[in-house]
Amino acid sequence: MRSFEYARADSPPDAVRRFRPGAMYLGGGTNLVDLMRLGVAEPDRLVDVSRLPLDAIEQIRDRLRIGAAVRNSDLAADPLVRARYPMLARAVLSGASGQVRNMATVAGNLLQRTRCAYFQDVSRPCNKRRPGSGCPAIEGDHANLAVLGRSDACVATHPSDLAVALAALEAEVHVTGPAGDRIIPMPGLHRLPGDAPEQDTVLEPGDLITAVELPAPPPGASAYRKVRERASFAFALVSIAAVMDVRDGIVAGCRIALGGVAHAPWRAERAEEAIIGGPATGAAFLAAAEAELAQARPLPRNAFKVPLARNLIVSTLEELTP
Amino acid sequence: MNRVEGRVKVTGLATYAAEYPVEGVTYAYPVQSRIAKGRITHVDASRALAMPGVLGVLSVEEPPELAEDADAELALFQSRDVAYRGQLIAAAIADTYENARAAADAVRVAYEPADHDVGLRTDHPGLYRPEVVNPDYPADTEQGDLEAGLAEAATTVDVTYTTPVLHNNPMEPHAALALWAGDGRLLVYDSAQGASIDRDIIAKTLGLPPNRVRVVSRHVGGGFGSKGTTRPHAVLAALAARAVGRPVKVALTRQQMFDVTGYRTPTIQRLRLGVDADGRLTALEHIAYEQSSTLVEFAEQTATPARVMYAAPALRTAHRLVRLDVATPSWMRAPGECPGMYALESAMDELAYAAGLDPVELRIRNDPQTEPDSGLPFSSRNLVACLREGAHRFGWDRRDPAPGVRREGEWLVGTGVAASTYPAKRMPSQALATMQDGDFLIQVAATDIGTGARTALTRIAAETLGVAPDRVHVELGDSDLPAAPVAGGSMGTASWGSAIVRACEELMKNGKEGRADTTGEVAADTRLARHAFGAQFAEVRVSAVTGEVRVSRLLGVFAAGHIVDAELARSQFIGGMTMGLGMALMEETQTDEEFGGFLRRDLAQYHVPACADVESIEAVWLEEQDERLNPMGSKGIGEIGIVGTAAAIGNAVHHATGHRVRDLPITPAKILMPRF
Repeated sequence: MRSFEYARADSPPDAVRRFRPGAMYLGGGTNLVDLMRLGVAEPDRLVDVSRLPLDAIEQIRDRLRIGAAVRNSDLAADPLVRARYPMLARAVLSGASGQVRNMATVAGNLLQRTRCAYFQDVSRPCNKRRPGSGCPAIEGDHANLAVLGRSDACVATHPSDLAVALAALEAEVHVTGPAGDRIIPMPGLHRLPGDAPEQDTVLEPGDLITAVELPAPPPGASAYRKVRERASFAFALVSIAAVMDVRDGIVAGCRIALGGVAHAPWRAERAEEAIIGGPATGAAFLAAAEAELAQARPLPRNAFKVPLARNLIVSTLEELTP
Repeated sequence: MNRVEGRVKVTGLATYAAEYPVEGVTYAYPVQSRIAKGRITHVDASRALAMPGVLGVLSVEEPPELAEDADAELALFQSRDVAYRGQLIAAAIADTYENARAAADAVRVAYEPADHDVGLRTDHPGLYRPEVVNPDYPADTEQGDLEAGLAEAATTVDVTYTTPVLHNNPMEPHAALALWAGDGRLLVYDSAQGASIDRDIIAKTLGLPPNRVRVVSRHVGGGFGSKGTTRPHAVLAALAARAVGRPVKVALTRQQMFDVTGYRTPTIQRLRLGVDADGRLTALEHIAYEQSSTLVEFAEQTATPARVMYAAPALRTAHRLVRLDVATPSWMRAPGECPGMYALESAMDELAYAAGLDPVELRIRNDPQTEPDSGLPFSSRNLVACLREGAHRFGWDRRDPAPGVRREGEWLVGTGVAASTYPAKRMPSQALATMQDGDFLIQVAATDIGTGARTALTRIAAETLGVAPDRVHVELGDSDLPAAPVAGGSMGTASWGSAIVRACEELMKNGKEGRADTTGEVAADTRLARHAFGAQFAEVRVSAVTGEVRVSRLLGVFAAGHIVDAELARSQFIGGMTMGLGMALMEETQTDEEFGGFLRRDLAQYHVPACADVESIEAVWLEEQDERLNPMGSKGIGEIGIVGTAAAIGNAVHHATGHRVRDLPITPAKILMPRF
């Protein structure tokens, strides 16, 4: 078999120290181990970060700090999360299965890789897996892939539900690495494919996510809805995380993030701008959704995602209107 | 009674093919073709052979000896021609699974690729009429004047339905463990649905007399047809074990199963139906287009249920096949009948709407007295009773036929119905019944693929002998036992059970031993149209916002002769119905037009229904008295549950939305796009 080194880190600095070129961090392993079996990921060294003391959820003043190694099932079940960020709990529970959520970690969830069929099969070309080899999905099987922000090099989607909720909640991702510590506001962690689709995120080699920090919950009501043809354990065709604050019929605040439509969780800023300050009406929501989706570049087999996303935006915002 | 193997299964003691502890076992891992068509010019195994633990590499460079008349899907490494992407073209053998896998990855294959063609279409120049369709039906039938029947009809429909490539995904992946004894006898532990036939095929492939081969399949974790024929992994295990002189295990990965364990052919089906002002069919035409490989002709019997279902003075059925650069399709739960009835029962629904008739009533009005195609009397046919009972239980009389008008919030609600049919046959089987310390031992080379066959056969023997079931011990899953047919075609219990009843009767007569072979009895069966029937009712909710379809109620009413075991039967029926739900709404294997082969080859992307998709499911049956079938008076139940389910759901989606999706699966995309 293809051999690799294994090292278990006991602190974040220790993990960074044990990292070297060709290494990967191992959290819950629910995606990485699969990718290693498929030959998609071939790390020379695994630095196991699953037992780092990063598994706490703490309230710090009005903020919530979620350790990178918190398991998804623990995150969704946490009383503070359920009470203050119910949309986040909904998002996490809509992902994967109970068994996978018991293993998967917060950081691993953010860093999971696309489920594009070409990416997962090393016998076929894929620019994300092997830069420059081509993107057969654009002509082939792209029904589940991106309609927003895609490039001619890649049409992959980011599969996480958690990331979509975090984008709407304006979470901050805390990172430590060879260059020190920094904070990346969501959705800035993930990048669009451009001509370097092999890079999913803005992280540098050796960067380790240590925590996700949530600011105080935004005022208003929130919702997470995920569309899929099966009622459980499927990646989103399109998902939405939305927060809306309506006062006297006027939208005082609105945040919308979409999943399943882009290489990254998609913050629908154009739609938000169009809505905020105006009346909370279905017509306004529809106009806003269309403004956002005017930039979509669908392919023949994923064109349905455009009306689907539009409907989802309108319906979810209507649901959040008192 | 509880399942007799329940305890060993839940405690993990039940041994599956890859789990037998064998001294000195080694592992083979296949190399698969990366082109869809062309020639292998060279296989370079040198790097692989130099790797740790590697014992050998099999390939066309030194073809292992096989019988010349071996089935082309099983004739491993005999030809340089590549027939499809994913074909097994070499294999590495090593001391561990991981080493074998790494070595297989290091085998370098050079090809001379050729243009491939993997697309089924109705204007394909290669389409032809096969001699017969499975197992031995004529490809085409015609009675009456079809065009005249259509011309005189008050209402006609002319519709085309398609179904995609579908894959069986049994819980236990296909695996085999092969051991050659010093005397040249071969033992294969195989995940197979029939030990006797698997033994015969493996022997034939290797050019051995059948008595030199033994197949053991004591526990099998599902199959649905994919383990009904010998698959290449079993032959690979035998060849590899012969090559290295040690036992060899082959366990396919889930992805490899998509490539080499068969699949349900995609279909394109055109139906033309006409009905007179009284709602009686004047003409029925069903043409099915389907694919096979260039290696083997597999012609699925898609249009055959139209020969059974309805009385039409003009009736035409036809099958057209095209040989593509694809793997050979194979059996999948109700091959033929399942996709065929999807299209027929969807078209019947369209006809009912077009003619302004109730869909249940249309079916009742066209119930034939004798089998339309053959003219044979039915051994029993209670389709009308199933429809009436189902309509009553489902609340069909409260149904407003108008489509697209019932709404609960964003959810459109609709109901649909479809009929089901599946042949009720039996095959010759042998069985042996003996006394052992006051208990009874029943031996038959049957297979329990998770259906509860052991339990059903125990019950049949106990009832025949007039003793408590705990005094009966059924031994099966071994080709050294009395020969028995495959667990498939809904024929298992009827075939094995017949032999067990006869063996037990014989034992009771002489008090010592009963040996049965039903070959003569089966051959002497009166010629009758023998089929199980059923009616499927579905209620669906379709989101007007997202196009998501959720099945809120499923009801199946079946007439399948005497039900041997109510609990097992219910499991089979609702299992079949759940699989039909998957076919209706989510299951689809993507064909890779550019590179050949299949895409989305795992259970994260090939979606089968999860528990959350099955909200309310109910299966009931009419107790049918049909003494002309077999000594139990039973009909098979493995497949009748899936047939008709997809049509009922599709018809309900139409009723909910007013939109007819004619291409399975019915996904949010197909609901949404026509609405904008």
